[in-house]
Amino acid sequence: MIAELGLAALWLATALAVLQLVGGILAVRGQGELASLVRPTAIAQGALAGLSFLLLIWLFLVTDLSVKLVAANSHSAKPWIFKLAGAWGNHEGSMLLWVTVMALAGALIALIERRLPEKTLLATLAGQAFVGIGFYAFILFSSNPFERLPTPALEGNGLNPLLQDIGLAFHPPTLYFGYVGLSVAFSFAVGALLTRQVTPDFARAMRPWVLGAWIFLTLGITAGSYWAYYELGWGGWWFWDPVENASLMPWLAATALLHSVSVLAARDALRTWTIMLGVIAFSMSMLGTFLVRSGVLTSVHAFAVDPERGSFILILLAIYIGGALTLFGLRASSISEGERFSVTSREGALVFNNVMLSAILGIVLLGTLYPLLTEAFDVRVSVGPPYFNPAGAIFTIPMLLVMAVGPLLRWRQDSFARIRLPLVLIAVIMLAALALVVILGAYSLLADLGLAIAIGIAIASFLPLRGRNLLRVPLATWGMVIAHFGIAVALFGMASESAFSEEKLAAVNIGESTQVGPWKVQLESVTPVAGPNWTALEGTLQASYDGGEPVELHPQARNFWAPPQETTESQLATRWNGQLYAVIGNEAGQGRWQLRLWWKPFVTFIWYGGLLIALGGLLSLVGRVMSDLKRRQVVRRRQLLEAEAVA
Amino acid sequence: MKAKHQRLVLIVIALVALIGASLLAIYALRNQASYFYVPKQMAESPPEVGQAVRLGGMVQEGSLETLADGVTVSFIVGDGEATVPVRFSGILPDLFVEGSGVVAEGRLEADGTFMADNLLAKHDENYVPRELQDMTEHQAEQVVAETTTGGKAE
Repeated sequence: MIAELGLAALWLATALAVLQLVGGILAVRGQGELASLVRPTAIAQGALAGLSFLLLIWLFLVTDLSVKLVAANSHSAKPWIFKLAGAWGNHEGSMLLWVTVMALAGALIALIERRLPEKTLLATLAGQAFVGIGFYAFILFSSNPFERLPTPALEGNGLNPLLQDIGLAFHPPTLYFGYVGLSVAFSFAVGALLTRQVTPDFARAMRPWVLGAWIFLTLGITAGSYWAYYELGWGGWWFWDPVENASLMPWLAATALLHSVSVLAARDALRTWTIMLGVIAFSMSMLGTFLVRSGVLTSVHAFAVDPERGSFILILLAIYIGGALTLFGLRASSISEGERFSVTSREGALVFNNVMLSAILGIVLLGTLYPLLTEAFDVRVSVGPPYFNPAGAIFTIPMLLVMAVGPLLRWRQDSFARIRLPLVLIAVIMLAALALVVILGAYSLLADLGLAIAIGIAIASFLPLRGRNLLRVPLATWGMVIAHFGIAVALFGMASESAFSEEKLAAVNIGESTQVGPWKVQLESVTPVAGPNWTALEGTLQASYDGGEPVELHPQARNFWAPPQETTESQLATRWNGQLYAVIGNEAGQGRWQLRLWWKPFVTFIWYGGLLIALGGLLSLVGRVMSDLKRRQVVRRRQLLEAEAVA
Repeated sequence: MKAKHQRLVLIVIALVALIGASLLAIYALRNQASYFYVPKQMAESPPEVGQAVRLGGMVQEGSLETLADGVTVSFIVGDGEATVPVRFSGILPDLFVEGSGVVAEGRLEADGTFMADNLLAKHDENYVPRELQDMTEHQAEQVVAETTTGGKAE
């Protein structure tokens, strides 16, 4: 009964989305018969999609084994938190989550957005409905989560052990919130194009969604990178894997969009460019979904290997991106030129960085798609760090340098002479840091430059605060400062990891010890241990840093038996200045065991940096929303006063 | 600068940067993409010494040996028509066994040995490296049969 109810709610939501689309389009064309229905329809659609998803969660919590999806992905004996996460830890459920979040976002816009001209808002909601309908159709026709089994299963199949990890349970939805946020930004762009209303008000309405999407993408990428680092046991934190790139590309586009939308909101410049970025950012999130969901890539992530679904998403991708680009081509010339600015101005710096971000995006996109393209001609290649690192760095380095300077410039027109002092300061710090790194022992060009630039940016990011009363600095400015500082912190971690990491691969006897960097690691014992669905060989290591108090580590080589799978469970010893990373391997003969150890100085800064970037985004979002609310209050009070005066 | 001019200049700059990025990407891809070889191709037209490539095939039965240092292994990868000796220092990936498929990332040395930096083996029962999927369809049975008998004959 519950499953049928969920399916019915989904069909109803689909029907409402169609009504929302038709009503919105009619309103744009000047026939307002259905216009007053659009907002309530969007709210009802959100409520129904939400209900449908709640019912799916309910089915998972009670483990209703007559439902195919539950039987295939859950187990009655699982802890409740994994039953909950099981609802979206599979293809059908995650698609339902996607469309639910999107419908809820539409409902929220319909409820609170009052700044935009009504027509633009209705066009935006029509855009939302248009994107939503594609996903509803996809779910209903090829990925129905509520499908029943002819006879209920006796017990569920359980969840892939690699995925039974609390961090991973929340990693995909985080990225999805990011993707959906960009689809909302896209709808705003479509609404603005359709009604020719590319204004600062439009930018202010769109900005919170872009910021929100960007925060979630940042968190999702940070968490995914840390998961790959400790779970895969390879010691790396970024592999340029196509699935990782699929989350990086929307982030790059969203970063560019975030900055250009701010220019549009503050200065009414970059109108066309902002719309274009809105289209690109959404295209990248659709492409990401396609790459991950279609099974074009064989990877641990791609669990939906089903050509029918792949072609369905590809068709959706073509319709959305093709349609948006066509609309853009038709309407772009009718958007009038925005405010002008000089090259040396904050806008100038932001434009430069937008172009650099787009170039990096292009590099990553080509590198990700190239193996797929060549495979069509039966040439198999793989593209990895030797391509991405240098090609990306060529554009990243100038971007980072301009990022250090840009926030110091004034809007519209400025001169470098005015900010000579901070410019010289930043340059001196960077050069001194570079000299220091080279003296300490030149490592690699990129790592050296990275360390020097990171130190320079770390200091430069706080310069916009100089001479200001810190208590009166707006939250949004704090957000920018902290996010830029976070970039410096993350960059420092990346460069340090690549420059100073030490690796030791050794075969040691029980009781023997080995040295990696400042750590002395002794193998105490290797014992078999067993878990609920695995057996493992567990090493006991005593690791002491620089002769200090030893810490005990227990890396494991695990053997799962249902489904049969082996994993290496690495163990980490974290200090403020880095991590010791230990993996145990096979028996190496003569009673020896293989140990693989890394000392990675400051590697944790990579993820601390990611968190700081997200925190900066959050502060900025809160600051913007609060000042919007305040403005709205002021307007309402003035209206009341005027009404009283008239009376 | 006039309004129209500024817009035009911006567009031109953006275009130049993006075209530059694309050209750079294409140039770098031609040089840096690591190509996939099976032993037969590697015997007929070997890649340049030191160039990053991938080698895929079946690990021959009886060829896996651990060297004295306890962490370096050597084995032979074959495809039924040719074989390549491979060396790898590190912890063998999960489920790496003789007679099953493997993709090795690394480079060919002057003496004809393939030095692997990384081995991609199946890490669960359903996973097959992308490069080996076709092979398993077209030639796997034959390859496995030949490499196993080849291994025994040695």
